[in-house]
Amino acid sequence: MPLIKIRDLHFYRGSRAIFDGVNIDIDRGKITAIMGPSGTGKTTLLRLIGGQLRPDRGTIEVDGQDVHKLSHSDLYDLRKRMGMLFQSGALLTDLSVFDNVAFPLREHTKLPESLIRDLVLMKLQSVGLRNAHNLMPSELSGGMARRVALARAVTLDPMMIMYDEPFTGQDPISMGTLVNLIHKMNDAMKLTSVIVSHDVAETAEIADYIYLLSAGKVIEKGSPVQLKRSSSQWVQQFMQGLPDGPVPFHFPGDSLEDDLFSQKVSG
Amino acid sequence: MHNKNTEITVGMFVAAGIVALFILAMKVSNLADLNDEEGYRVVAEFENIGGLKVRSPVTLAGVRVGRVEAIDLNSQTYNADVTLNLYGSYNQIPTDTAASIYTAGLLGEQYIGLEAGAEDEFLQDGDVIDLTQPALVLEQVIGQFLFSKAEGDE
Amino acid sequence: MIDTIRSLGRWGLDSFERLGRGHIFLLHTLQGVPELFLRFSLVIQQLFSVGVLSVLLILISGLFVGMVLGLQGYNTLVDFGAEESLGVLVSLSLVRELGPVVSALLFAGRAGSALTAEIGLMKSTEQLSGMEMMAVDPMRRVIAPRFLAGLISMPLLAALFSAMGIFGGFLVGHSLLGIDDGAFWSQMQVKTDWYDDVLNGVIKSIVFGFVCTWIALFEGYDATPTSEGVGRATTRTVVHSAFAILGLDFVLTALMFGEG
Repeated sequence: MPLIKIRDLHFYRGSRAIFDGVNIDIDRGKITAIMGPSGTGKTTLLRLIGGQLRPDRGTIEVDGQDVHKLSHSDLYDLRKRMGMLFQSGALLTDLSVFDNVAFPLREHTKLPESLIRDLVLMKLQSVGLRNAHNLMPSELSGGMARRVALARAVTLDPMMIMYDEPFTGQDPISMGTLVNLIHKMNDAMKLTSVIVSHDVAETAEIADYIYLLSAGKVIEKGSPVQLKRSSSQWVQQFMQGLPDGPVPFHFPGDSLEDDLFSQKVSG
Repeated sequence: MHNKNTEITVGMFVAAGIVALFILAMKVSNLADLNDEEGYRVVAEFENIGGLKVRSPVTLAGVRVGRVEAIDLNSQTYNADVTLNLYGSYNQIPTDTAASIYTAGLLGEQYIGLEAGAEDEFLQDGDVIDLTQPALVLEQVIGQFLFSKAEGDE
Repeated sequence: MIDTIRSLGRWGLDSFERLGRGHIFLLHTLQGVPELFLRFSLVIQQLFSVGVLSVLLILISGLFVGMVLGLQGYNTLVDFGAEESLGVLVSLSLVRELGPVVSALLFAGRAGSALTAEIGLMKSTEQLSGMEMMAVDPMRRVIAPRFLAGLISMPLLAALFSAMGIFGGFLVGHSLLGIDDGAFWSQMQVKTDWYDDVLNGVIKSIVFGFVCTWIALFEGYDATPTSEGVGRATTRTVVHSAFAILGLDFVLTALMFGEG
């Protein structure tokens, strides 16, 4: 049985459909990637899974529980078993790196301070930032902030972790570090990972299974190898990053000829 | 995790605020006067109380001996029944004491001044002061003055 | 024409919706307050940034307001030969009106705008969202402690303001203009009533603290999560707080001092 089961998901922002009947299964212990062009609501999907947004129709089950039918306290209990890595890292800016990683432990457990210290340092060690524990978030580079956030996301040893655009805006070295870390974390902690991204190469490198989303629907799904062999032109355009194809280079509208030679004066 | 200095300054802040409130209570306002000792009540009936208010002071020879506790209209005589609360320590005020309504300064607020009588018996709880003099109402005084002046001229 | 009416209607609907959200927000905030007494260290930290950091501003402003009151009051009262009443004038105007109102306006400008900016920034950097996903309710962890701290700080700050102002009035009246200090204090004591004047002033400042903190936190929480949105929310906090303070001051004054 999959860990996350999304059925017939509809979600509207205003009158625009972000999701229009989406079905997704995310298997336990695997790295599943949700990919698609910017603006297809990939981040929205993670918020729906986390229960921060409500779908207009359809259900999302996590570990057998319907997320949007849970009471406030049950939802919060479920979230303790979910980790989430935000694009910006979402570190608490008024706390040091150490206190940030210790934050979930201090909020949810009554562990003695010495034990918290050991746990936090171990988590920081696993992302290679043990010696940075005294720094403030403002002193970290973007890649380091994400690694701290990753350490924080796994302090409570969750069953799953969701990554929101983990590779965006990273230099090649931190990108490589993150790819490596996500892979290792998944294997070492027996996690289920959900990656939302549009960085094809990095994601395809570690993902076991990929869903391609566009215009509110699942366009294609399969392993990275299957997707690369897909016959769909759209999939090919996306996977290879071609500038023109089924997704046109030009914003749809009047043709250039019409615009140049018509006598209409706009405004 | 929590800075000790933060706690200290917050403590100082709260203490300073409470001290300021205390100053406002004791030094600036009349709270110090308000903790009235248990007193006894006396009623005085006035024709007109002018601007007298509940909690106005009651003085004898200028010394504050109590306050106005209630003001009611007497439905039979159409006069004002003023209940005075006199402090318990001033329990030797003669029964024939007179009560008048005065104004502190030209524009100040009104208060009740008592003038001690000569009786040997003293006022007790529930007694009535018979000798009263109503408040001077400025318009009436001026009116009378103009009237008498006009009469004199004729 | 129709467009104007329509935009007016939309503005009205939007305002109502915001008002509704504001009240729901307040409800959630208040629900988070009781458990704060188990974790009072959270409130202490906020008392520092909301209260202590405003103290200097409040003290200095209070001193100057009191000194100005002393000078202006003296110039007016001396015409009536009533300069002995300067103490009454200073204390009544401060304790009843200026203390609560001016310190609340300063509080909105200093602490309120800072609260809005802080919450707005936490929202725009996904810190609030991040907390939710860590199963920590930001209403309880972030909003409620700040609310309680604002509620506690405001009356204390107003009292400091009034006390400082009276001291300033006394400085000017006694040291500069030579009013007898005995007359200054005794007149003040006779005419300033603990219940009618001081306590009502304290009640006012509690109400202002409640409203100002509520507005500041809600504006931050409801801000559009961009730097522009946070900037606009901060401005709105100051403007709305000022309106709320002055409007409520009228209502409260009418209720408290309306009948003789």
